[in-house]
Amino acid sequence: MKTNDVILQTATKIVLFVIVLFSVYIFFAGHYTPGGGFVGGLLTAGAIILLLLAFDMKTVAKILPFNYMNMTALGLLIAIGTGAGALLFNKPFLTHAFTYAHVPVLGKLSLHTAAIFDLGVFLVVVGVTMTIIQTIGEDE
Amino acid sequence: MSLLHLAIISPFLLAILVPFAYKLFRQIHTGWFILPLPILLFSYFISYLSITSNQQSVTKSFSWIPTLGIDFTAKVDGLGLLFALLITGIGSLVVFYSIYYLDKNKEKLNTFYVYLLLFMGAMLGVVLSDNLLVLYTFWEFTSFSSFLLIGYWYHREKSRYGAQKSMIITVFGGLSMLAGIILLYIMTGTFSITEIIAQSDEIFANPLFVPALLCILLGAFTKSAQFPFHIWLPDAMEAPTPVSAYLHSATMVKAGIYLVARMSPVFAEHSLWLWLVAGFGIVTLFWGSFSAVKQTDLKSILAFSTVSQLGMIMSLLGIGAAALHFETVKDSYFTVATTAAVFHLINHATFKGSLFMVAGIVDHETGTRDIRKLGGLMNFMPITFTLAIIGTFAMAGLPPFNGFLSKEMFFTGMVRVLDMDIFNLDTWGILFPVIAWVASVFTFIYSMVLVFRTFTGKFQPEKLEKKPHEAPIGMLISPIVLASLVIIIGFFPNIISNTLISPAQAAIMPPAEGYLYDTHIYFWHGFTPELFMTLGVITLGILLFATLPKWRSVYGLFPKKLTLNRFYDGGLEIAQRGSMNFTKIYMNGSIRNYLIYIFTFFIVILGFALFAKDAFTFDASNISTIHFFEVLLALVIAVGSITILFAKSRLTSIILLGAVGYTVALFFVIFRAPDLALTQLVIETISVSLFLLCFYHLPKKRNEERMTFKMVNAVISVGVGAIVTLIALSAHSNKLFGSISQYYVENTYEKAAGKNMVNVILVDFRGFDTMFEIAVLGIAALGIFSMIKLRMGGGKKNENK
Repeated sequence: MKTNDVILQTATKIVLFVIVLFSVYIFFAGHYTPGGGFVGGLLTAGAIILLLLAFDMKTVAKILPFNYMNMTALGLLIAIGTGAGALLFNKPFLTHAFTYAHVPVLGKLSLHTAAIFDLGVFLVVVGVTMTIIQTIGEDE
Repeated sequence: MSLLHLAIISPFLLAILVPFAYKLFRQIHTGWFILPLPILLFSYFISYLSITSNQQSVTKSFSWIPTLGIDFTAKVDGLGLLFALLITGIGSLVVFYSIYYLDKNKEKLNTFYVYLLLFMGAMLGVVLSDNLLVLYTFWEFTSFSSFLLIGYWYHREKSRYGAQKSMIITVFGGLSMLAGIILLYIMTGTFSITEIIAQSDEIFANPLFVPALLCILLGAFTKSAQFPFHIWLPDAMEAPTPVSAYLHSATMVKAGIYLVARMSPVFAEHSLWLWLVAGFGIVTLFWGSFSAVKQTDLKSILAFSTVSQLGMIMSLLGIGAAALHFETVKDSYFTVATTAAVFHLINHATFKGSLFMVAGIVDHETGTRDIRKLGGLMNFMPITFTLAIIGTFAMAGLPPFNGFLSKEMFFTGMVRVLDMDIFNLDTWGILFPVIAWVASVFTFIYSMVLVFRTFTGKFQPEKLEKKPHEAPIGMLISPIVLASLVIIIGFFPNIISNTLISPAQAAIMPPAEGYLYDTHIYFWHGFTPELFMTLGVITLGILLFATLPKWRSVYGLFPKKLTLNRFYDGGLEIAQRGSMNFTKIYMNGSIRNYLIYIFTFFIVILGFALFAKDAFTFDASNISTIHFFEVLLALVIAVGSITILFAKSRLTSIILLGAVGYTVALFFVIFRAPDLALTQLVIETISVSLFLLCFYHLPKKRNEERMTFKMVNAVISVGVGAIVTLIALSAHSNKLFGSISQYYVENTYEKAAGKNMVNVILVDFRGFDTMFEIAVLGIAALGIFSMIKLRMGGGKKNENK
């Protein structure tokens, strides 16, 4: 019997964006308020898991055509690359730099290389969580 | 690097080229490529005679590990040169002999000559090194190459047994010697033998002196096959005969003798040295000659005879040490023992080498070495017979061969023990000449057995595998050369007295300033006690040899269970089985057991340290006030944790575990750690779902029942909890430094442009940790992926089975 989960699917479509927005918020706000790449990544993964629950694996793979292992590798590369970037400026490994910039529309912004590092963490966490869930889910 | 160093390592260098020579020139026997080297080295070392004859020495140093004081210092003095000449001289003869002995089509000649050259180089290194660690390096090289040579016919089980046995015993001694060397270094601060000898008076009173002495002696005794470590030598006879002739009669087994002689100036003043060296030597002498008589294999007789003769040399070195106790070393009254030791060392190398080669010829031409099958070969092998006569008569100590002279000097040395009034020698010393005399009688008997059982008596062609005939001339040349030396030294002993013997003696017992040893050896020195002793040996020896079948049964009286070989084999067996059983007891494969060990150790070691060091303190002054919420949450956690232990269903346990995890998140909330609380919440959710996944996939036949109660588990878990609590309390009460967190508080915004201190620490101050933590996560994901996706066939195989 095919179950009708239209309520779940419809709710998911809305809630998904709330979760994703929240996780992006938490990710960007991490340097000033609680949050950061780790929790942000987990929440994003949580959003994708919700998709997985509401739909099925093939659909989700069509919507989000990511290879999560590559994503993990990319995250690690970004994190290490941020660290290694400092070497180019004759600074010790993982020295972060920051500056304040005045962008039209957005006003005063702080730009910080730590955010790039955090992006690496974010990608790794999403990649790892999704790899684990997907692998276990596909297993017979 | 001087020419001398090059000479020492040249065998190693040549060994590299041997396989090429073997592969490229298959028609030519590889031995021909080897032969020039020992001859060249022999003539090179001859050139040093002019220096050492004046009892001088040459030292050449080559820096190896200068920061540790290890230099490859080569020193040529009388003793070193004597050995170097023996090694290269007999080495040349053995190589020549082996060319005819080993078939180039049947044997793997490349490995044989590589091993032999390794051995030759190592042996030269041992006798010419002045640095103890370099000496030790070469020493182990001799053990190692000897192991390879004994196991040359590795498809035979007895060869492997003999090789393993000799390896175990000599390496055991070698390691003990290394300990002795290190003790010497601790006492003197140098590895140089010359410098250690210079300090010998100061170290005499050092408490480490006796341990060093014992360790060094143990090394020397095992290598030189002294009682009770002689058991490896008879089993080493499985080696090809040229190897036996070279290693196990003339060179390697004398390395221990060399070591004792070399270290005499350091240790010999101690009474322990005299008693141990002389005592073990004389016992070995007796036991070796006594055991040799009952052997039926030619090489076994020779092996026990070697053991016995080595004991004789050793006892002479020990007795000679007494001379150092008397003011005037010049007085040759007691040093005669040392002279006899050196002299017999040379003689033994000559006649024993030739006898081994004779045994090899007999084996080669008849197919057996068993004296019960041999007999009457005199007419078939006249030359071999002559050589055997010369060798055995020299060994038995009959005139006019060189063995007679050294045996006379041996008796002289032993008789003079009676005049020593030190170290209780005036009471127990009488044993030395008595045992020496009895052992000489047995020496006489087995020498006669060796020659007459083989070459005279009834010829038994039906028992022989081949039709016996005289050996090819090439095989005979080497023993002929050695036998000629036996005769030449026998008739003209003084040609080597001041060229070889005195310089060697000067190295063993450094004389007073300006004094030179002057040795003269005479055939006839009047009607002395030693002459009558020799006459007695011959008379009784002939008598006993004639009646040998009648009293042979005396050997049967000795219980087989008490032999040293039984003891060795049994010991090895017990060691193996015992350690296996022991391992089986504690390594039983149950993870619970291993956890018991780990946790018990944890409790014991931490509890002991805590209370032995009096570290337990409890200081309540630093404690913050406890609020209602904290108590409440603590209660929830405690109840949750305890309920897990008694839960009947696994599902309950999982859910309770989740409850505990969420409570911990709440703790983070009230202890003001929002980042931790967030992370803990999400992670707890994921891990609980993973647990549920595992639960869902449990096999269907599972029995849902409560965890069984085990007293050991309960005690250990309570113990661990108690210890951890105690340590936490003590650690909290013992804060010696303030926290460094103030720095972070001040600089989070100033230096890192952030306001969330946790995050700033994670990505900025200590971003390095984070980088590797995400690497850990990546590895975990890859691990899960590969464990699930990769299903090689036969997944049920247990690799430990």
